[in-house]
Amino acid sequence: MVPPSTLGQTPISFPAMSGQVEWRTPSPRLLRLRRLEVVVPALVVAVFLVVIGALSGSAWAYGLAAAAVAAGLLLLPTVGRRYRSWGYAERQDDLLVRRGVLFARLSVVPYGRMQFIDVTAGPLERSFRLATVRLHTAAAATDARIPGLDRDEAARLRDRLAELGEAQAAGL
Amino acid sequence: MTPGDGWQRLHPLSPVVRGGRFTIGIAILLVPILFRGDKFSNAVPQLVVVAVLVAGGFVSWLVTRWRIEGDDLHLETGLLRRQSVRFPLSQVQAIDVVRPGLARMFRVAELRLRMAGASGATARLAYLPEREVEPLRDRLLTLARGARADEPAATAEDEQAPAEEKLLAQVDTRQLVVSILISDAGVFAELVFLTLVIIAVVSPHAAAGIVTGGFVWIIGAFTVVWRRFNQLYRQQVLEGPDGLHLRGGLIALTAETIRPGRVQAVRMVEPFLWQIAGWCRVEVDLAGRQRGKGEGASERGQMRTLLPVGSRALGFELVDRLVPDRPRELSHAPRRALWKSPLRYRKLAWGHTDTCVATTSGRLRRISCWVPLEKAQSLRRVEGPIQRRLNLASVHVDTAGRAVHATLRDRDAGEATRALDELAELARAARRAA
Repeated sequence: MVPPSTLGQTPISFPAMSGQVEWRTPSPRLLRLRRLEVVVPALVVAVFLVVIGALSGSAWAYGLAAAAVAAGLLLLPTVGRRYRSWGYAERQDDLLVRRGVLFARLSVVPYGRMQFIDVTAGPLERSFRLATVRLHTAAAATDARIPGLDRDEAARLRDRLAELGEAQAAGL
Repeated sequence: MTPGDGWQRLHPLSPVVRGGRFTIGIAILLVPILFRGDKFSNAVPQLVVVAVLVAGGFVSWLVTRWRIEGDDLHLETGLLRRQSVRFPLSQVQAIDVVRPGLARMFRVAELRLRMAGASGATARLAYLPEREVEPLRDRLLTLARGARADEPAATAEDEQAPAEEKLLAQVDTRQLVVSILISDAGVFAELVFLTLVIIAVVSPHAAAGIVTGGFVWIIGAFTVVWRRFNQLYRQQVLEGPDGLHLRGGLIALTAETIRPGRVQAVRMVEPFLWQIAGWCRVEVDLAGRQRGKGEGASERGQMRTLLPVGSRALGFELVDRLVPDRPRELSHAPRRALWKSPLRYRKLAWGHTDTCVATTSGRLRRISCWVPLEKAQSLRRVEGPIQRRLNLASVHVDTAGRAVHATLRDRDAGEATRALDELAELARAARRAA
């Protein structure tokens, strides 16, 4: 059950870590959700401005409406790149999480260090049957979050991580 | 006193000591009433206030009790909103004995147990009779160790062994004074003072205005300086069987015990002006928690100053105690890092052994960090936009401590990836060995 790997298209690819690293990516539905999050506000603003333009007859409103649409279109590729930057890999002793386009981050979280695992899903995520998995260690700086996982995959990952965490738990 | 032998109360004078400044204020309030022989009816409001405060303090003492139950310290308090807290002794990070000036007058002391974990709070037993504090602390420490190791026999042996302490370092008073005078807060206080003197000489009227107007600032600056001196005066670092002991203080005496193996990271700071004298400060970071509600700054910080001021040689000696296998040679950042971190560049370096990673950084001051790899929680490789252009990347070593953060800043991108991989591997091995 290997989901389609998109590592090849990733703008920033980390050099392979030692051993075989099999990267998994968030669900493609996350990309759809993120695109909607850009397109819908842009369209709403544009429509609002067009209505204002029609009522007042001002050319400014039409110009701004066009600008809103253009901004939305310009943002779309960034959304795609950001989506493709997300990835996680379950290695034997630790979980790798990569993310970010401008600031590319790669976190290594040993299973034994995990204190608890959060699975959250906001209303939008829920309507796309997605969930976010977040790992917590004793360090506040640990930054391991995987958004937009299919709900089943999120549950699988949570159970798997909890199991591995218990097996390898280490004290402070 | 055997574990589980019922409840105990704090010292009856606890509320008086805890009142601190207010107690002194009340005393000052009462003096004229008692000695000037004012008409008694004039003083009724004051007396009522004092009576209410005394009653409140008495009730708070009455409803507070504690006991040791198995491996937990059980603390109950509150009259209307009863609060019952259990502190598992196995999670004790350090136990401090704190004695403010007023407490010393009444021969009482506070016992402070610092707990680990994100939700862990500080258990405070304020105040206990002075002579009971030391035995109780020893007992709690023994329990903490026993609960952790599950070896009651071994702890019993430990108890019989005479507590031998070895003095590792003591702060030199003259050095402390000079170091405070050239520290940031000290320089600020001096500037304030100097400005006042100059203004007073030029025009006394203006000076009076400034003193009344900026009163809070002036008091603040001098309080910081005073507190530092008061706290760090003749501080000693001793090595005992149950960990490192810190002792010191001028008026408020503190004694802290740092349990071995609880140190998450060690840091040596050399402020800019101190570098001329070749002095440094050594701090340790313990497993911390998020900032709790209603806690003062001093309690929030889990950073402990081990050596407030000392020569570099002494500093390294202490560091060697805490991280025996520290890397001796550090590799500098590549030259192109100069473009990214022009001020830090000269101080950027890192190195590692099988058990420890060391980094140095700092703009004006030099900060050296040592993190035992078994304490590393997670590793992060971060590559920002400027770094990418220069083919650089940073690797962060996250620990459970709060203040020290070892960062391999601005390394070659390939080197950073290799370091991430290697450190993850070494940290795993170190965890296994621990």
